[in-house]
Amino acid sequence: MYNILLGGAAGQGVDTTGTILEKLLKQAGYQIFSMKDVMSRVRGGHNFTLIRFGPEKIDSHSYKLDGIVAFNEETIEVHKKQLKPGGFILCDASFAAEGKNITKIAMNEMAKTIGNPKVVGSIAIGAILKSFGETLEHIETVYKHAVKSEYLDQNLQAVKQGFDSVKKHHEHKDGAYAKWMLLTGNQAISLGAIAAGLKFYSAYPMSPSTSIMEYLAGKMTEAGIVVEQAEDEIAAINMAIGASFAGAKAMTGTSGGGFSLMVEALGLSGIAEIPIVVANIQRPGPATGLPTRTEQSDLNFMISASQGEFPRMVIAVKNHEDAFYQTIRAFNMAEKYQIPVMLLSDQYLADSSAVVEPFDFAKIKVYQAPEPIFEGEYLRYKLTKDGISPRLIPGTKRGFVAADSDEHDEAGKIIECAEMRIKQVDKRFLKLKKLAMEIQEPEFIGSDTYDTLLIGWGSTYGPIKEAVQYLNNTSGKKFAALLFGDVYPLPTKLLAEKVKAAKNIVNVEQNATGQLARLIRETTSITCTASILKYDGRQISGEEIIAAVLKEVAK
Amino acid sequence: MSDTSKEFCMYETAWCPGCGNFGIIKCLKQALEELNKDPHEVLLMAGIGQAAKTPQYLKTNSFSGLHGRSLPAAIAAKIANNNLTIVVNTGEGDSYGEGGNHFIHNIRRNVDISHFVHDNQVYGLTKGQASPTSSEGFVTGVQTEGSMNTPFNPLMMAIAAGAGFVARSFSGDPVQLVELMKKAILYKGYALVDILQPCVTFNKINTFAYYKKRVYHLDESYDPHDKMAAIQKALEFGDKIPTGIIYQEQKQTFYDKNKVLSTAIPLCEQKLDPSLLEKYSQEFI
Repeated sequence: MYNILLGGAAGQGVDTTGTILEKLLKQAGYQIFSMKDVMSRVRGGHNFTLIRFGPEKIDSHSYKLDGIVAFNEETIEVHKKQLKPGGFILCDASFAAEGKNITKIAMNEMAKTIGNPKVVGSIAIGAILKSFGETLEHIETVYKHAVKSEYLDQNLQAVKQGFDSVKKHHEHKDGAYAKWMLLTGNQAISLGAIAAGLKFYSAYPMSPSTSIMEYLAGKMTEAGIVVEQAEDEIAAINMAIGASFAGAKAMTGTSGGGFSLMVEALGLSGIAEIPIVVANIQRPGPATGLPTRTEQSDLNFMISASQGEFPRMVIAVKNHEDAFYQTIRAFNMAEKYQIPVMLLSDQYLADSSAVVEPFDFAKIKVYQAPEPIFEGEYLRYKLTKDGISPRLIPGTKRGFVAADSDEHDEAGKIIECAEMRIKQVDKRFLKLKKLAMEIQEPEFIGSDTYDTLLIGWGSTYGPIKEAVQYLNNTSGKKFAALLFGDVYPLPTKLLAEKVKAAKNIVNVEQNATGQLARLIRETTSITCTASILKYDGRQISGEEIIAAVLKEVAK
Repeated sequence: MSDTSKEFCMYETAWCPGCGNFGIIKCLKQALEELNKDPHEVLLMAGIGQAAKTPQYLKTNSFSGLHGRSLPAAIAAKIANNNLTIVVNTGEGDSYGEGGNHFIHNIRRNVDISHFVHDNQVYGLTKGQASPTSSEGFVTGVQTEGSMNTPFNPLMMAIAAGAGFVARSFSGDPVQLVELMKKAILYKGYALVDILQPCVTFNKINTFAYYKKRVYHLDESYDPHDKMAAIQKALEFGDKIPTGIIYQEQKQTFYDKNKVLSTAIPLCEQKLDPSLLEKYSQEFI
């Protein structure tokens, strides 16, 4: 597989160029994993997109480069050390940089002659396609959707000129992925929500969650979803709860800062037993932190947020495909158990694109709560064997529905009676008993016999998987990993079994304190023997894990 | 067995004897019954506070949410099911203090709900602190030197934010209050009725007699459609306090403007066309 970097200042079209290029490469049959590294500014600074592509399965990004496309000179300075032997740099003829691996094209001049300085990116795309042995077969179809019609000809001309201005360096490789989907983690979550029957989405814009709201807003009229931008995150979650109470499946999405404002209402969903799905697309905190970067540091927060005690579920999404299916599952679990279900993703997955097998809609099961059966007065919080009280939606002629943030009796009226308080608390927690049977164990990967067991959760899935494969193939030692998706309640069966054989248990997390390791220790008394932690706002890559693991094992 | 009675039966309350809430809840019951509303299709919503206990005390659907957050939950419930008649009954602390931001922005949204604010110029549930509408100099256990803040003017704020139905009444004036409640419920859009009420326990200044002496009905010569005149009236709060519809204007509601809601089928009953999933997937191929 190959890995190229497109770099430049904000506003130079790095993102747009990357988005078009990855589509063209996918049309050529390749797997893609592309990651965006963006500064929190609209103009200037240094942004880059990493596009990894090839005919084989690709699970994550890499910082080792086969090529650099530099839209400014800073890109060359910052990234040239990442070039593999034989790697190339492509830049404008006017740049001062010199070297035998540098290919210069008069991109700015060519763009001016074409009559649109913004087509520089398309010239670069043409050059890349040629370098990697690709054709111009798909450019018209891809560009038609990517640029406004008045700029189509200029861009196509630019691609062709770029194509003609370099030599072929690599041969095309046949991949089977042209008919697969190329989408971002947030798009996968959005599509999952639509498939699950979402009717109401309320949120306040916050990076890196906003693209969920944007995707849904683009479909709302056709798909029959009300997408409402709230005045703040407190309103966003209270709206979602109000809509859900009245019978519309509801979701809100935010990042850690916004979730901090939602905390009280999470408890409302818990005590009033109103299903909601909350997506927290994590970024580094605390407070404003690093707004456009990635971290997995909200796990502790999500599992304990809000005063008091109530059942909840937290699902960490592992990759793009998982994001789709787990979003549907989040809705189903919320509906079935009448609890808040939280999806944990992060900027890395949110903004990166991957190629996934087309979703199998026939396989999807959307949970349909049974019609309540009762005689006499309807009791919204009826004490039942499994703790789930049959849920009626207000407005039917069958009975009156009450929701209450105060402790309440079976009918939903405020009480202070000690006995009923205990019964209602117990009833709510009883739901977890049944839910525990549906918890998904972590995915076990790697060698059946191993000395070192890596443990990770959420978006480090891809990098860890890649690292374990590499280590097993090359290091002479044997490795395995447990990769958690469901993190709360924490599944412990497979964990207890798999740690027995391990001499080293190493948690790999994108945070400073090892939050999953702590949760595992609290829940099971199992202690990780070493930690690989990264909290610089940049996603850990397979090669970084490999290096860190080898260092740990050598100790 | 379904209950087909059109009566909004009352439950036993936990309010202090003499509380203005008694007058208000009786008027609410009467207004809903006179409008011939089916209790099954009414949803009373509230945040937290003494006034916010109102939904608990009438036999209908009820939602008692979080302090300050009654409006976001209420407008979303209405968006989810347009067949529900949604009335928010809650206090001025919930509405204008903790929920101030939601007050402003839900006026702008103009979802068809009624918002009845039980305004007694003091905090009752937390036992006697200043509320957003407490008069300057109002002494409490916390505001020991008297409240130093300019009292919040809900009517001015509502008019300024673009509300299409702004009214004031008094819990001691049931005839007018019932009429205003009915008009607010029938009004298509967000309707605010700020209801002055005595707090017999914690407000010894703004008593029943205090309001009784000051309130007067806006007569027929007053045109509630004149925004400038309405602002003048909204500013009047002293020896004389005007009651009635201060401002009224028919505006497009959230439902009128949102294309998803243009169909007769309530949002909660709309089904997704499964072919759309295939279509959306194709867009990524």
